[in-house]
Amino acid sequence: MGRKRNAAGETEFLQGTLDLLILQTLAPGPAHGHTIAHVIEHRSEDILQVEHGSLYPALHRLEDRGWIASFWGTSENNRKARYYRLTATGRKQLSVETSRWDRIVRAVNRVLRPAED
Amino acid sequence: MSWRRFLQRDRWDRERAMEIASYLEAETAENLARGMTPAEAAAAAHRKFGNPLLIREEIYLMNSVGWLDSAWQDLRYAARVLRLSPGFAAVAILSLALGIGANTAIFQLLDSVRLRSLPVPHPEELAEVRIVGGNRGMGVSDGRYAQLTMPLWQAIQARQQGFSSMFAWSQDDLRIGHGAESRPANGIVVSGDFFKALSVYPWRGRLLSQEDVDGPCPAGTGHAVVSYGYWQTVMGGREPSPDTKIEIYGDPYEVVGVTPPGFFGVAVGESFDVALPFCRPSEYRRDHFNIAVMGRLRPGWTLNQASTQLDSISPGIFADTTPVGYSSNWAETFRKFRLAAYPGASGVSWLRQTYDSSLWLLLSITGLVLLIACANLANLMLARASVRQQEISVRLAIGASRGRIMRQLLSESALLASVGAALGVALSWILSRVLVGALSTEGDVVYLPVETDWRVLLFAAAVAGLTCVVFGVVPAIRATRTEPMAAMSGGRSSTARRERFSLQRVLVVSQIAISLVLLAGAFLFVRSFYNLAFFDPGMRKAGIAVAFLGFQQSRIPEERRADFKRELVEEVQTTPGVLNAASTTNVPLLGASWTHGVDIEGKKGDSKFTWVSPSYFETMGIPRLSGRGFDRNDTASSAHVAIVNETFVRRYLGAMNPIGKTMRTVAEPDYPSTVYEIIGVIPDTRYADLRHDTPPMAFAPDTQYPKQRPWTAIMVYSSLPAPAVSAAVKQRIAEKHPEVITEVIDFDARIKDGMLRERLMAILSGFFGVLAALLAIAGMYGVIAYIVTRRQREIGIRVAVGARRGQVVGMIMREAGILLVLGVVVGAALALAAARAATSLLFGLEPYDPLTLGGACALLAAVAALAAYVPSLRASRLDPMDTLRCE
Repeated sequence: MGRKRNAAGETEFLQGTLDLLILQTLAPGPAHGHTIAHVIEHRSEDILQVEHGSLYPALHRLEDRGWIASFWGTSENNRKARYYRLTATGRKQLSVETSRWDRIVRAVNRVLRPAED
Repeated sequence: MSWRRFLQRDRWDRERAMEIASYLEAETAENLARGMTPAEAAAAAHRKFGNPLLIREEIYLMNSVGWLDSAWQDLRYAARVLRLSPGFAAVAILSLALGIGANTAIFQLLDSVRLRSLPVPHPEELAEVRIVGGNRGMGVSDGRYAQLTMPLWQAIQARQQGFSSMFAWSQDDLRIGHGAESRPANGIVVSGDFFKALSVYPWRGRLLSQEDVDGPCPAGTGHAVVSYGYWQTVMGGREPSPDTKIEIYGDPYEVVGVTPPGFFGVAVGESFDVALPFCRPSEYRRDHFNIAVMGRLRPGWTLNQASTQLDSISPGIFADTTPVGYSSNWAETFRKFRLAAYPGASGVSWLRQTYDSSLWLLLSITGLVLLIACANLANLMLARASVRQQEISVRLAIGASRGRIMRQLLSESALLASVGAALGVALSWILSRVLVGALSTEGDVVYLPVETDWRVLLFAAAVAGLTCVVFGVVPAIRATRTEPMAAMSGGRSSTARRERFSLQRVLVVSQIAISLVLLAGAFLFVRSFYNLAFFDPGMRKAGIAVAFLGFQQSRIPEERRADFKRELVEEVQTTPGVLNAASTTNVPLLGASWTHGVDIEGKKGDSKFTWVSPSYFETMGIPRLSGRGFDRNDTASSAHVAIVNETFVRRYLGAMNPIGKTMRTVAEPDYPSTVYEIIGVIPDTRYADLRHDTPPMAFAPDTQYPKQRPWTAIMVYSSLPAPAVSAAVKQRIAEKHPEVITEVIDFDARIKDGMLRERLMAILSGFFGVLAALLAIAGMYGVIAYIVTRRQREIGIRVAVGARRGQVVGMIMREAGILLVLGVVVGAALALAAARAATSLLFGLEPYDPLTLGGACALLAAVAALAAYVPSLRASRLDPMDTLRCE
């Protein structure tokens, strides 16, 4: 209900990926949106270049599903910021999603580079 | 998404906005730290983030419910559109509110008077036991609900099988308190199983049971139970103790308990203050019909089975309880009576009997009013829809779906209907309370808890929903069916097609027809009330007061009572301001009646009997046609004499000279067969009820009353206003005989109270009739004005090529005339058919009274024609240049 209907499967795929990345970023501890955006950007060595704004609907969706929770806090340089943390279900979901991702990557790799196996 | 988020999505959006702002702030700060200028830093941050508004909108939509959102949008749009035409909205909402409010109010009344069950557990098991066809006026009937005698009740109890428990009860007017300070109160007198059989549990203390009923009369066991209302208001809600006593007619009673709130007995529309147990009289009168009997059906028994069983035991019961002292004919009639069981779930109700047909009639009247209101609304909506056709065509042309437009038009009607319904429910709340208040008179306080229950709400909602569909869907369908191209190009320029008005014409014709029915009905009821209010009963009404004097506590032996009564009359006669006074055993026009069988020179029949003191006829302003009046020489021991009325003479003596003829009364308990000599004749006067034809009547001297009782009614003619004469008489009696209980009522006011039903019908039907006529006039005006607007161009051309004003007016008025004539003809036919239903409620005129119907037709036609004339006059004043330039 209320989910934006995306026509292309590609976006769906990317959306799932973005969710996974966010969950992974929050695994070590709570962070606010700005930090999450930059962490994802740096970790991917700037390959995953998305508009940082698109992060927020994803955060909203994840919170709606109960995988992450949010609270207002003060950032490292004394600014008010909304922090997100992983919930217990979120943590479970992260491991599920990670292993699913691993399976997909392995499968795709096997198709793309059969010789290396 | 969750409903919580949906409902708080605006707060949520603000949160997101803050969050985005905090991101931009952080990013800008970082950019600044990298050495950008502030402007560059902010721009870069925005670039990095993307469009904040789009992001917020995406999240906002995630929190939304699609259909609900567009419904809300539709409603808001509808509200905006309606605000643009406040006149239309006000007329629509008000007429709906009146229609729905009046319907709901009348339905609520009908519901509480007629449909609702008694507030006791399993009311459907209750049944009433009565004589089939009633007691045919035998013996003494005491009270509105009295059906059976005590001996009958005892016999029924012993022999019935269909009831697991039974009870008997009667109503009694009590006076609580000491002597002259006592106050009247409503009492019920009940058998031992009354509360048990009804499954009523005490609120405080205990209720009456079998052990309370066996005391000797009058005080019985001296136990009493009070109602919750009496306990709260008069007794201050104090916990009852063995010392809690009340004095009733001089005897002390101990209050042993309180009935729960909401329990009013079994008479719907009435309540009681005190319940007393039956007492054991020295002898059980077999001719005294003073109690009502009800019971709870035994499990497994149906009403029919119980009735059959009662029927089978009837011969034995009536044979064993036949009153003695009656003629053999009467005794035979009595022995042939049959008992039967009748449904008792909704108790008994005098209010129901009196107002049942009035309420149904009112409900149909208000239903018709609602119908007219709906027709009016449909008309208004149709007119609006065609005016907005261009707007709708544009919407259709730029791609709005038909369904979307329908939904939008429907939202407008839904909004109107729901606002109208909400107002209507509020109105009904007020109206039904006002009505219940109006039903109460000084002598009869109506106790009727009217609650807005779910059934009534459902009823109102259904009415509103139906209204919404009727006036919402039709214009909507018509509006979307037009081809956008045709509507946009042809819009206003062509002469309007005839077909387009046909539905509106039909609506106006039916509005006129229905409002004619209501107007004619209103005329009938108003004239009926007028007839009744100004009807001359053949006796004096104004300036008359009735004093009821009770001298039980004077302990006058029976043979001295006649003299004592004469003394009391003389006291009243000599009270300052009193012009004349006379005692009577029966007060006329207030419902009481006393009949004896008579034998006049061999002719058998019956006649009303009243024993009066000599000054009665002068006091009441009744002339004497022939013979002499009563005087002080007519005593208990002198020859029995009577004065009869003209109807008596006509029926029993024909052309013979009545003076000197004799009549013999048929024997009854306490009233042995007596021969009276007719000594005088008076003109016909009304007897128990203004509305009923005069029966044969006989008057005899009070001194010759066979059974002198310790109370009397005295008719008082005075020049004083009612409260003053009441005070003067009370004071005079209290000075001379402080132990006598005196109550004085205003005769004329009580007679007027008796016309309450007619008055209410006249007021309400008049109100609705005028309302209906107003709505019809508004409808007529609307349609003619609309026709004029649609044909503006045509009229402009006609005027331009030389049509005169009169011709234009005539053209439009012809249109209106056709509608009017059709409406009036149909309406008159309907009115004639409908009036028959009101026959029983009319007084002094026939339902097809030509003057009434003609008057209603003429009035409605005149005002409707006026309503049509205004816009047609405007049409004739159109400047052809203006209209043509508009195109």
